[in-house]
Amino acid sequence: MEPLMAFVVGGLFAASIYMMLRRSLVKLVIGLILLSNAANLLIFTVSGMQRGLPPLIAPGDTLPAGGWADPLPQALVLTAIVIGFGVLAFAVVLIHRAYVVVKEDDLEKMRSTDT
Amino acid sequence: MLLAVLSGFILCTLAPWLTRSFGDRAGWLLSLLPAALFIYFLTWIPTIAQGEAVIIHYPWIPGLDINMSFLVDGLSLLFALLISGIGTFIIIYAGGYLHGHKDLPRFYAIMFAFMASMLGLVLSDNIIALFVFWELTSVTSYLLIGFLHEDKDNRWFALQGLLVTVVGGLALLAGLLMLAVAAGGEYTLSGILAAEDIHAYPFYTGMVLAILLGTFTKSAQVPFHFWLPNAMAAPTPVSAFLHSATMVKAGVFLMARLNPSVGGTDLWFYALGIFGALTMLTGSVMALRSTGLKAILAYTTVMALGTLTMLIGIGTEQAIIAAMTFLLAHALYKAALFMLAGALDHETGTKDVTKMGGLRQVMPITFLAACLAALSLAGLPPLFGFIGKELMFEATLGAGGALAAFTSLLALLSAIMIVAMAAVFALRPFTGRRKETPKTPHEAPLSMLIGPVTLATLGLVFGLFGFLPAAALVGPAVAAVYGDPITVELYLWHGINAPLMMSIAAVIAGLVLFAKWDTVLAGFKRLTFIDRFGMERGYEHAMDGLVAVAEWQTRLLQNGSMGNYLTTIVLTIVGLAGWTLLVHTDTPIPLGLFDVNLYEAVVAGLVVVGAVFASVTTSRLGAVATLGIIGFSIALIYVLFSAPDLGTTQIMVETLTVILLVLVLFRLPGFIDYSAPATRIKDAVVAVALGGLMTLLILAVNDVPVAEPISDQLVHWSEPEGHGRNIVNVILVDFRALDTLGEIFVIGLAAIGVYAMIRFRAEDKAQ
Amino acid sequence: MKAMDSLILRTAARFLLPLLLLFSLFVLLRGHDEPGGGFIAGLVAAVGFSLYVFAFNAGDTRELMWMDPRVMLGWGLLLATLSGLPAILEGKAFFTALWWPVEVPLIGSVTLSTPLVFDIGVYLVVIGSVMAIVLALAEVEE
Repeated sequence: MEPLMAFVVGGLFAASIYMMLRRSLVKLVIGLILLSNAANLLIFTVSGMQRGLPPLIAPGDTLPAGGWADPLPQALVLTAIVIGFGVLAFAVVLIHRAYVVVKEDDLEKMRSTDT
Repeated sequence: MLLAVLSGFILCTLAPWLTRSFGDRAGWLLSLLPAALFIYFLTWIPTIAQGEAVIIHYPWIPGLDINMSFLVDGLSLLFALLISGIGTFIIIYAGGYLHGHKDLPRFYAIMFAFMASMLGLVLSDNIIALFVFWELTSVTSYLLIGFLHEDKDNRWFALQGLLVTVVGGLALLAGLLMLAVAAGGEYTLSGILAAEDIHAYPFYTGMVLAILLGTFTKSAQVPFHFWLPNAMAAPTPVSAFLHSATMVKAGVFLMARLNPSVGGTDLWFYALGIFGALTMLTGSVMALRSTGLKAILAYTTVMALGTLTMLIGIGTEQAIIAAMTFLLAHALYKAALFMLAGALDHETGTKDVTKMGGLRQVMPITFLAACLAALSLAGLPPLFGFIGKELMFEATLGAGGALAAFTSLLALLSAIMIVAMAAVFALRPFTGRRKETPKTPHEAPLSMLIGPVTLATLGLVFGLFGFLPAAALVGPAVAAVYGDPITVELYLWHGINAPLMMSIAAVIAGLVLFAKWDTVLAGFKRLTFIDRFGMERGYEHAMDGLVAVAEWQTRLLQNGSMGNYLTTIVLTIVGLAGWTLLVHTDTPIPLGLFDVNLYEAVVAGLVVVGAVFASVTTSRLGAVATLGIIGFSIALIYVLFSAPDLGTTQIMVETLTVILLVLVLFRLPGFIDYSAPATRIKDAVVAVALGGLMTLLILAVNDVPVAEPISDQLVHWSEPEGHGRNIVNVILVDFRALDTLGEIFVIGLAAIGVYAMIRFRAEDKAQ
Repeated sequence: MKAMDSLILRTAARFLLPLLLLFSLFVLLRGHDEPGGGFIAGLVAAVGFSLYVFAFNAGDTRELMWMDPRVMLGWGLLLATLSGLPAILEGKAFFTALWWPVEVPLIGSVTLSTPLVFDIGVYLVVIGSVMAIVLALAEVEE
């Protein structure tokens, strides 16, 4: 699965950068969301993907039966997803506020505004 | 000793409060500290006079074996005595000179910080500590020079002094570190002085040049001399302190300190000899064309610093004796002269010597002290300055090589001019016809006279009884600078010899010059080209250039275009990481087996197709919907590949993201692509480059056999130690709880940030 | 924002919110052993409240929450931080987990632990943060 995921992650990164390079504010936001997803998937992929081996222990056992998927990257990605949302909310509101103040959604035209 | 150095810093914090509480008497009260320090340093004389060098260690960070160490020998003790002794009078003097000034508390605070830095500088054994104190003197003297900060010129001159000395300080740091390496990793002065083979260091030339750049800028040697006269923007007590015994002598101190180990080479000899002699001549010529009392003194200070540098460079026994004698003599008379200049300025309201006259009757004590100090400056018997000057001539004559004739000639020329200027200083304001001055002059108060009178008298006492300073001060200092103990005897009468002839010639020629001074001055007035080609112009051009470069590179890098920033970052990553990937991956990256189930491939395909669609669609709603599809597909991938927690989280966040976009995004204007088609193609290439790099990286990582993941331990601990069967959760709330704590703080901050931005907007609207 | 004028949505929200909140508590408490935990539980509760915001309005939701989300956020951070302190009192490193099995009448043996306190802190932070954002945005709209 990892080789296929390599292309999926690559595609997500390419799309996110392309969107962030657009001059429209809305497209920038969409690029940010894609970038956050791409980064999470990247970490998830390179730590090795396993089918049907969640890091859960059955009652009474001390180890997951039959092996396990690495739980540490999962813990990292879990917090990253939630933080990603917080940062996205911040970015979206910031961008909206910038738009309200400057009254311009073309990033190239925001260049010299210092307000 | 630690207390002695640090007490100034402690008093620095108390001084403002004391000054406010004690008002007029604060100067006298505060002077008790330097006076006590002076007495404390005096008690060291018997020990040091026997040729001992004492090193005192204080553990600073014992765990790391870092000590605060002080080196007390003849040289550092001479400086410490000068700093605390003259400092005492300066503090008293400032109380009178700045009487009633609103910023007097601030003045005392900075002054004590400066004094303590200076003491630390001369007493430190550790060269890093020395450097820190060195820079502290630069910073505090910046504050002192710019004390009257309401004036634009003062700020400019203060900044000039700071920049010149700090640039030199940077070079000095490099030089000192090289020196430590050359001495075999020895970071103490005592260790460096004991090291044998510093001359064999392969980068010796670079090291010496770096150190000299530091000392030359600090001690105002040609071509960096211009900052010193400009530093006269400071109030007079500051000038008197900085230019007599402290700040500008720091460079001389360091050269003297390092002379035994670094000196003794042709480079040292010629660099110091030639630049010192040139500085000496420049200083005296510039003094001759000045009319301001303080300007005259400033340029004679440049002359004195040049002389000292030259003498250290010559490095013979006579030269070192001359240097230390001259150093002491200069500190005494220069501090006195500055304070007298300040008294004249304070009482008459003008600094211009040509506007004063006939003050002898109204200011008799000032006149007397001025005569004594000026005689010492001119180098006339029976004053201490005479001994210094005689020794200097003797040293230049015996300099050896081509330097003997060169330095002797320059020394004679500058001596002539200094005699003239000493006469100008002592006679012009006091004799002749009374002139109208802005203020009606009368004798200065006691606080402003006690210092100059004592110091000038000391110049006379030391001259008459040369054995006093010889045994106690100059001798041990010479031993420290020369590297071997030398018996020093100082006499006024050396017999009829060449130095005496030169002195007599200098005095006669100097008095002639004094008589014709007005003509000379008029002549100089016409030579305005000196100002146009001076070093100060070079400094101004350098500053303008620096600003221009800063503006240029800001425009280049900070051009305000988001796209440019991003493209630069992406291309840098692709270039560096891609290149590394290319170099370090030998075999073509294998794609491995595509062991993919159909439904997995469909989900993965949905993500990619969604990403492409979101990039090209012209419908905002379509893009948001596609984002949802991508998000839920990713959640599905998490669930399929053993991460149920991630899947759930992703679904929840995806839902909230849609809510967020509905609330905000749809209030933004349309979904227009403003770029031209060519730009889109360029951007697409950049984007695909990064995507491709990421793909290759994952494939390369996937190909590398992974070592045992560290998380195996966590899995084993989870149930027995963590009492939890969901290992991901145990990691989050137990094993890595501190990490998680940081993360929830980030989430909270983001929320507060959003709230604040929205609230500000609401308030804006309300207004 | 204007409440969406939909009877179905309102009815659904009125029924769904208690269920979602109950479910979030369930997910929170069982999270140490089964999939779940403070983050997920907090997100579930936040989604429930957000739904309520859409169905009714921000003011009603705020009343329903019996605590300003920012205050909840603060309590969550405080609780999470405090959960690291008992270990210090026992002379162990900050955030070392401690466990106290407690006998509760009628229910039986219940294990209290600092990780549980920490997870509740995370739960409150997530609800507080998300709702602070959503409510602030919705109130500007109204």
